[in-house]
Amino acid sequence: MNRIILRLLAITLLIGGVLLGWFIATSNDTKPFQLGLDLSGGTHLEYKALISEIPEVDRKDSMEALRDVIERRINLFGVSEPSVQTETARLGQDEKQYRLVVELPGVTDVQQAIDMIGQTPLLEFKEKNPDLSLEEFQQALEDATIRLIENQLPEGAVVASDSRDFVEPFISTELTGAYLKRSRLEFQQAGAGNALNTGSPIIALEFTKEGGDLFADITERNIGSVVAIYLDGAPISTPFVQQKITGGEAVITGSFTLEESKILVGRLNSGALPVPVQLLSTESIGASLGADAVNAGMMAGLYGLIFIGAFLLLYYRLPGLIAVVALGMYGVIMLTLFKIIPVTLTAAGIAGFIISVGIAVDANILIFERMKEELQHGRGAYDALRVGFDRAWLSIRDGNISSIISAVILFWFGTSLIKGFALTFGIGVLVSMITAITLTRIMLFAIAPVKVTKIVRALFMSGFNK
Amino acid sequence: MFIIKNKWIFITIAAILSLAAVVVISVKGLNLGIEFTGGSIVEVSYEEAPELATVNAALAGFDFNALVQPFGDDGYIIRTRELTEADRGVLMASLELNEQIPQLERFNTIGPTIGSELRSKALLSIILVAIAIIFFIAFAFRKVAEPVSSWKYGLIAVMALAHDVIIPLGIFALVGKEATTLLVVGLLSIIGLSVNDTIVVFDRTRENLNENASENNKEPFAKTVGRAIRQTMARSINTSLTLIAVLSALLIFGPDATKDLAFILLLGTFFGTYSSIFLASPLLVAWNKKKDAE
Repeated sequence: MNRIILRLLAITLLIGGVLLGWFIATSNDTKPFQLGLDLSGGTHLEYKALISEIPEVDRKDSMEALRDVIERRINLFGVSEPSVQTETARLGQDEKQYRLVVELPGVTDVQQAIDMIGQTPLLEFKEKNPDLSLEEFQQALEDATIRLIENQLPEGAVVASDSRDFVEPFISTELTGAYLKRSRLEFQQAGAGNALNTGSPIIALEFTKEGGDLFADITERNIGSVVAIYLDGAPISTPFVQQKITGGEAVITGSFTLEESKILVGRLNSGALPVPVQLLSTESIGASLGADAVNAGMMAGLYGLIFIGAFLLLYYRLPGLIAVVALGMYGVIMLTLFKIIPVTLTAAGIAGFIISVGIAVDANILIFERMKEELQHGRGAYDALRVGFDRAWLSIRDGNISSIISAVILFWFGTSLIKGFALTFGIGVLVSMITAITLTRIMLFAIAPVKVTKIVRALFMSGFNK
Repeated sequence: MFIIKNKWIFITIAAILSLAAVVVISVKGLNLGIEFTGGSIVEVSYEEAPELATVNAALAGFDFNALVQPFGDDGYIIRTRELTEADRGVLMASLELNEQIPQLERFNTIGPTIGSELRSKALLSIILVAIAIIFFIAFAFRKVAEPVSSWKYGLIAVMALAHDVIIPLGIFALVGKEATTLLVVGLLSIIGLSVNDTIVVFDRTRENLNENASENNKEPFAKTVGRAIRQTMARSINTSLTLIAVLSALLIFGPDATKDLAFILLLGTFFGTYSSIFLASPLLVAWNKKKDAE
C-alpha cells in the first residue's frame, strides 16, 4: 500500500479512536454503562414456577405469560430497568424446572421486592367436584368456609396453604386470570333480590375471546349449581349459576369494602399470575458495596494499565508506543461496544474483559518479538515488519480461536455468572484479534522506516545490537 | 536445550504438584461457599463495629449455624443456614449491638438446587471446553502430524490446562479460602489464558517443523522443540510479567471483593507460564516415540 495512504489511514483511525473516547466520556447520561446487580446494587430473586399442572406443550407459553405479568407488576412500582427472565434447569434426568429470574436494580430491601411480586393475585375459576354427591358437596363447602375463616390467608399470599386432608368442594377449570382482559370497579345496581346490597362495590371481569368461550362452557355445564372464584387459592365468591353466560363478562360480588375492591381491581389489571411461583433464592447487594468495589477496581485497573504502558514503552520503544496507542484504541472500542450492544457489566464480566486485555497485550508482544527476531536476521525494517507480522499472526490466530471456542461453550452452557464472563471475554478476544491485525499493523507500517539505520535499531530493537 | 535435556525433572515437578493438589482437594476439601451448598450470607456494616466476640455471643442463642467473619473496617459477614424472611428479621434484631442499628449491605439466600446447578454446569462447561480444545488443536496442527500426531498436541494442551487449574485450586483448598462464584470466574480465566499460552509455543514448533521440511533440514525433534521454547521465551515471560503486574495491582489496591479472584489468577498465571515453558513442550518430546538421535 502507498505510504501516504497508509499514513492518512492511520491518522483517520486515531481520530476515530479519539471520537469514540469522547463518546464514552460524554454519553454517561444518555447511554450509561449497564451495570449488573453485583455492581449497581439491587435485588435478585429466583422463583420456581409450579408448573406441573400445565400440559407440557403449553408450558413455554405459560412461562412467557408469567414473565409478562410480573414485568407489568414491577413496572407499576417504577423500578428502573428491571429484568425478568425465564430459565429452565435440568434436575436429574427427567425433571425440568422452570424458573423465573427477577432482577431489580436499586431495590435493596428484599421484603419490599418479594411483596412487589407476591402481591400479584392468582385468579381461578372452579366448578363443583363431580365426584361428590350433593350432600358431600355441601359438607365440603361448609368445611372449606370454616377453614377459610380459621386460617385467613395473609394478604398477598401467592400459594394456597396446602392442607389437603379436607375434601375439596371444587375442582379447577381451565379458566384462570390468564384469560382476563381487564377488570373494573362497579356498584351493585338496585334490582330484584339484592336491595340490601345496592350500592356496594362489585368487580366486573371482562374475559378475552377464549376466556369468554371457556366461561360460557363452564356456566353451561353448571346451570343450577355453583361456580367458585378463587383468589390466591381461596374462594372469594361462589355465585349460583342460573343460565349460560355468553357475553364474556362476569362479576365478583364479595363482601368487599370500597378500598379492598379498588386494590383488587388494580391487582387484577396488572395481571393475574398464570402460574403459581415459589421463591428459590434471594440476593440483595447494597449499592455502597458495589460503588466502593467499582472504584477500587477502577483504580487497580488504572495502576495496572500504567504499568503495562510503561513496560511496553521502555522495553519495546517505538513499537511499544504504537502498542500503547493500539491498546488505548482497543479499550475505547470495547467500552463503546459495552455501551451500544449493550453488555451488562458484572464483576465476572469485568474479569473477562481484563483477561482479554491481557490477550491483546500478548498479541502485540508476539508481533514485536517476531519483528525483532527478523531484524536480527538482517532483514530491512519494512521486510522485518511484514514477515514478523505474518508469522506472529498464526500464533495469534490459533491461540485466539481456541479462546473464542472456550468463550462460546461457556456462554452456551454456563449459568448467568459464567455467561457474563464468557460474553466480555469472547468479544474481547475477537476485538483484540481484529485490532492487532488492523490498528497495530497500519500504524506500524505508517511509521516504518525504509532503511535500518542506527537510530532505527535503537528505536525498534530495545538495544539488542547484533 | 537445557529445558528439553532436563525435561523429566520439570515434568516430575509438575506431576508431583498436580498430584499433591488433587490429594489436598480430596482430603481437605474445598471450603465451599453458599453459592454451591445453599444457605444464607448476610453482610452488615456498623458506624463503629462491635467486637467479634460480642457478635458471636449475640447469635449464640439461635440455630442459625452462624459463622461470623470481620469484613472491611467496620462490617461483618455472617454465613448461616438458609434463612427465611422471618429468620432474617430475628438475625438483624439480634445484631443491634452497642446501640447501633447495623446497615444491611447484602443478604443472599441460595437454595440447594441453585448451588448444585452452578457446580454441575461449571464442571460440564469446563469438560466441554477441554474436549473442544483437543479437537481444535488436532485440526489446527493437522499438517504437522510428523513426528508427533496432532492429537497429542491437543491432549498435551489439555494436560497443561488441567495442571494450570488444579494446582491453584489445590492451593486455594490448602489455605482454606472460601470457594465462591468468583473462584469459578478465576478458573475460567485461567482456562482462557492457559490454552492461548500453550498454543503460542506449539505454534513455534509447528513453524520450525515446516521450515525444516521445506529446507530439507534433518533436525532431531527434541532440538526443534527446544528451539521453539527458546524463541518464545521472551514473549512468554513478558506477557506473564504484564499480567502479574495488573493482577498484583488488583490484589493490593483492588476491592476486598476481588482479592481472592486476583489471588487465584496470580497463581494461575504463574503455573500457566510454568506449564507452557516447562511442561507442554517437554511432554511433546517425551511422547515422541521415534527416538531420533537425541
